[in-house]
Formats: sequence, structure tokens, C-alpha cells
Amino acid sequence: MVRLIAFLVGLFFSGMLLLGLGDTVVSAIKEPALPTVEAGFHEETLPVTFAHDGPLGKFDRGQLQRGLKVYSEVCAACHSMKLVAFRDFAALGYSEDQVKALAKGWKTEVPSINPETGEPATRPGIPADKIPSPFANETAARAANNNALPPDLSLITKAREGGPAYVYSLLLGYRDQAGYKNEEGKELLKEFPDAATPPGLHFNPWFANLNIAMANPIASDDLVTYDDGTKATRAQMAKDVSAFLTWTAEPKMENRKSAGWAALGFLLIFTILAFMSYRTIWADKKH
Amino acid sequence: MSFPWAQEYKPQGTVSKWVDERLPLPRLVYNAVGAGYPVPRNLNYFWNFGVLAGVALVIQIVTGIVLAMHYYASVDGAFNSVEHIMRDVNAGWFLRYAHMNGASFFFIVVYIHIFRGLFYGSYKAPREMIWLLGVTIFLLMMATAFMGYVLPWGQMSFWGAQVITGFFSAIPLVGEPLRQLLLGGFAPDQAALNRFFSLHYLMPFVIAGVIILHVWALHIPGSSNPTGVSVKGEQDTVPFHPYYTAKDGFGLGIFLILFVAVTFFAPNMLGHPDNYIPANPLSTPAHIVPEWYFLPFYAILKAFTVDFGIPFTGIIIIPAKLMGVLAMFGSILLLFFLPWLDTSPVRSGHYRPLFRKFFWYGLIPSLVVLTYCGGKPPYTQWVVLSQIAAAYYFAHFLIILPIVSRIERPLALPNSITEAVTGKPLPAAA
Repeated sequence: MVRLIAFLVGLFFSGMLLLGLGDTVVSAIKEPALPTVEAGFHEETLPVTFAHDGPLGKFDRGQLQRGLKVYSEVCAACHSMKLVAFRDFAALGYSEDQVKALAKGWKTEVPSINPETGEPATRPGIPADKIPSPFANETAARAANNNALPPDLSLITKAREGGPAYVYSLLLGYRDQAGYKNEEGKELLKEFPDAATPPGLHFNPWFANLNIAMANPIASDDLVTYDDGTKATRAQMAKDVSAFLTWTAEPKMENRKSAGWAALGFLLIFTILAFMSYRTIWADKKH
Repeated sequence: MSFPWAQEYKPQGTVSKWVDERLPLPRLVYNAVGAGYPVPRNLNYFWNFGVLAGVALVIQIVTGIVLAMHYYASVDGAFNSVEHIMRDVNAGWFLRYAHMNGASFFFIVVYIHIFRGLFYGSYKAPREMIWLLGVTIFLLMMATAFMGYVLPWGQMSFWGAQVITGFFSAIPLVGEPLRQLLLGGFAPDQAALNRFFSLHYLMPFVIAGVIILHVWALHIPGSSNPTGVSVKGEQDTVPFHPYYTAKDGFGLGIFLILFVAVTFFAPNMLGHPDNYIPANPLSTPAHIVPEWYFLPFYAILKAFTVDFGIPFTGIIIIPAKLMGVLAMFGSILLLFFLPWLDTSPVRSGHYRPLFRKFFWYGLIPSLVVLTYCGGKPPYTQWVVLSQIAAAYYFAHFLIILPIVSRIERPLALPNSITEAVTGKPLPAAA
């Protein structure tokens, strides 16, 4: 009885799936999927390597400091960084006093209250503060940005496929759409005349739907002056800020890697000993 | 319980004797995983995975209890509390990554454990009850893992909860009220998050309880073995300790090396980037996908694309969505009936030439295809592949297996485990 019911159920499910298979094939032939502009013109991330790549990689402190400079002078005008506190910058190689000065000198002040009247007010930052956001709330952010919401950047390299390479590619990915061709030499506006970037958006083939609300934030060299004398080319700024955003997404990455090697070393010895005791104990037993 | 030649627990000191007379807990452990449990001498490495699954559960419970001390189940605070753990709690990043990847490794070892049982016929008499309890554990694990994935309240957490609880709304009449009852609202929100946290903390202990029953049921007939031939005498077995404790210790070392390699060097490899974006009920991700261990079932769900009805009348008896949900649950529930679907008296796949072919060239590829397609967007080629693979999956268990059991001519079995080990070699696995 069980087997009879099972047979019928199996016949039903498999039969319906094969019917569905026929249906899928027929409709794919009748109405073939139209090519999409994203499928043809969305670009893979640019090849870029960082000091922190790989199981042995460590952050380049100088690069992180340069990245912080780019973030604070360029990105922070629109993008918040809610999960990072000023005190965390000590890990970038800043002294306690430098961290205090960074917090105090930050362009946006920290929301607070007037201690006498209780009215909303702002005060300069201290190391314990999280980095203050450029806009008071989402509505204010959208109002100032043509109804687009600049995402919080704390976790951005973990929240996007491709991580820091994606951020790097996106920052350098602004192109002139007129006459833009992909690697196969196909011209976008000839293949998809309807796909012209709408006003208020900007063409960037590294962005998921090719049209991003953010204007090119590093359109020219020397937007910042690096303290260590590094030439602030567009590629340099994009790379430095991508490295910095990797750190903000995972400030404990170096701890993770070094703990990993210690754990692997311990386990290797444990496993060798376990294997030897296994062989010794079973030496007299054929199995 | 077990075999008459099992070594008896002999308490040595006065304290041990005193304890043994009042609460023979050491005796219980001795008989369960000590020298008092005789085990076939020919177990291969696939028999390590039960112990490994137990270790994985312990890792999850220990890391989970500490994480719960820092986690805050609130729609406004959950995401940030997880990031607080990652950034500010001492070794919090380790606890969180270990718990997150621990779930994946728990499923990896349990899947291997299940396939061991499927290939070597561990579900057959007299071990049906062990199998039934095992499938129950698997279902409980899936529920626990699903609720755990919701807790960080990222985009995939929220939309995963939305999609999975949406399955219930496919049930006619009671579906939508049932879904609202489960969620405590119309969509996943504070009520749902709170109860998921509560249940996610409870269920591992329920799993631990069912594992005790699973191991208890195992100790009635004793462990199966790669030949599938029953134990005939003392020469066929060795005491669990030290023989299999040593072998499991080695297996555990390998397991932990792989677990540590992923946890410390590629902790987000098995996750989805979207779950690092805070949940936003107003913005649906481009592709909602579950964790990798649910992908085959997700592919089965999506493979049903046509309604079942009376042709040319437009009357629909079972809509495609409901059928997908039924099939998805059915694909696991059918495992409960496996001991009665596979009627071959030969347990081990080694001695079943036809069964072995369907297992390696049918079942395994179909599950690989389903896992792969489950994570893909619904383009024609992926839908077609998952429909073929899902059709095979159901046919394998419900149609092919009962027929194979009837028509197959199994190879000659060795007379005993000892003969198989010391005499002629086992036929090589296909």
C-alpha cells in the first residue's frame, strides 16, 4: 500500500514537473527572453590588488590614512558611516591626541541638546562618538540628493559583490554614454536606443543597472592633498578609499587572520597526534 | 542492549562505586561511547560524521549562548547589535563568524551523514527508528537554521522570512490566517523577530533531546557497517573506546581544520552580501536566495510552473505555487517512508549493482544540479535543468527505488564482517 501510494505520488510530481518542462521550453521558443542592456553592458570589476588581500595580507596603514582623508573630504559630504567611532581611528596608526583632534575637527558636529534649555543643538565630536551623519534623517538626505539615498558606507565593501574591487571600479567607472562601446565593440545606444541615461542620473557600466544617481565624486586629480606627499591621482584616491572602506567594514580583519594561523597550527599538531594514536591503537587490528 | 560480549563497567575506586550505586551515569557513558559499546571493526571514514554532527551542534550551542548575551532582538537594534558584536565585543567577530559558518558545516556533515545512510542502507531493519529520528533532527535543524538567519535582520534575513512564511499562504483557506499567526502580524516585524529569537534559542535543545533518542535507538541493534552484514560474533567488533574514539579524534581534526580555514580566511564565502544591508521592507533585493543548504529545496519549489487542473476548462485543482510548496516539503517527508520503499534485504550499496548506478549517476547529480540551479535567477536554462533534476529526485525515491529493489540481483554477500576484512577484498565502490 505504501509503495502504491508512493508510486502514484511520484508519478504525479514527476509528471507535473515534466509538463512544466514542456511548458517552459514552449514558452521560451514562443517568447524568447529579450536581451537586456544589463546583460550586455554591465562590466566585471577592474583588476586591482590590495595589501590586505589573501590569508597573509595586512592593511597598509598609510593607505588607510589616505583613504580616511578621501572619505572625510569627499564622500562624507553625503555618505554616513554610522558603525564606526572616532576612537576606532586609533587602529589606523593615529595617536590619542590625533584622534581627539580628528573628532573635534570633523565637518559635521554631533547632535546633542542645549544643556540649559534642552533644545536640540550640536557639539564638537569626541573620540567616543560614532561618526556623525551628514544628514539628520533619510528625508533630509533624499531632499538634498534628487530623491536618491546615499547608502551608509560602514559595511559597503561587504555588502556588494566584489567588495573593495567593486568600489574601486565604480569610482573610476564613469563614462560618456554617447558612443560607448563594450569589449565586444557593440555600441550601447545603437543596440538599445531606449537605454539613454535619464536626466539626473549618471552612466556607469559598473553599477548594477548602469545608471547611478551619484555624480562622479572623483572627476579630477588632486581633490585632496595627501599628508605623506603621495600624488592624489584619481586611481590613487579610488584605491585608497576602497582600502579604507574595507577596514571600516571589518576593522578586526587582521586579528581574524592571525588567530586563524594560530588555530590552524594548533589543529595541525592535534590532527597529527590524533592520526598517530589512531594508527597505534589499530596496529593489531585488520580493518 | 547491544551484544552479550560487551565489556562491563567495573567501578574502580570507592567514589566510583558509590556513584555507580546511586546514579550510574558513568556506566551509561561507558556503555554509550566507551569500551562497553561493541562496534563493527570495518567502519570506514563515512562513519565519523555522526560524531562530527554532534560536535557541530555543541559548537553552535556554545557560540550561540555567548552571542545571545550581546544580541538585541529588535527591528531597530538587531542589525547594529550584530555589528557591535563584530566590532566591540572581545573576540565577538570570532563568535559570530564561527556561529555563521558553523551552521554551514553542521549541514555539510549532516548531509554526508545522511548520504552515508542512503548508500549503505542504514535505514533498513532493524534500524528504521534511528532513521526516522534522524529525519526529524534534519527537519528541526532546517527550522532552526532558517530562524537563525532571520536574526541579524539584514535584507536577506527579512526577505527570506517573507518568502518562507509566504509558503504557508499557499495553503487553501487557512493559509493566510496561519501565516499571520506564525508571524504575529501581516509581514515579518518585531513580533516575528522576537519569537524567532526565542525559538532559535529553544530548538537546539530540542535537537539535542532527539539526538539522545537517535543514539539510544542506535544502541539497540548497534552500528551498521559498510558490508551491511550483521555482526555475528565477538571477532566482528571492537570496543568503541579506544578504537573509534581514536579514529573519530583524527576525523575531528580534519573537520576542524576545514572549519577553521573557512571561518578565519573566507568567513563570508558561504553568505550573501545583501545580508550586510539592514532590512528594508520597502526595497526588495534583485534575487532573494536562501542559504546554500536550502538551495535544492528552493529549486524544487521554483520548478513547479504549471497549475494542475482539468484541461480546456480552466478549472484549477492545485495551483503551481501550492504544488511547489507541497513538493518541497514532500521531498523531505518522503524520506520518512524510505525504509518501506526500498524493500531489498541487502543493505549495503556495495552489493547492489543497479541501486549503485542510480545512486551515483542519478540521485547525486540531480541534487548537485538542484543546488546549483536553486541559487540562479529564473532564466529558462536553470528552470529547465531544475525541472529535470527535480523530476528525477521524486522518481528516484518513489518509483525507481521500489522497482530496483524488486528486480535487482544483488552480488554475493561476505559470510561475515571478519571474512570481509581478512579474506577477499570488498568490491570497489563504483
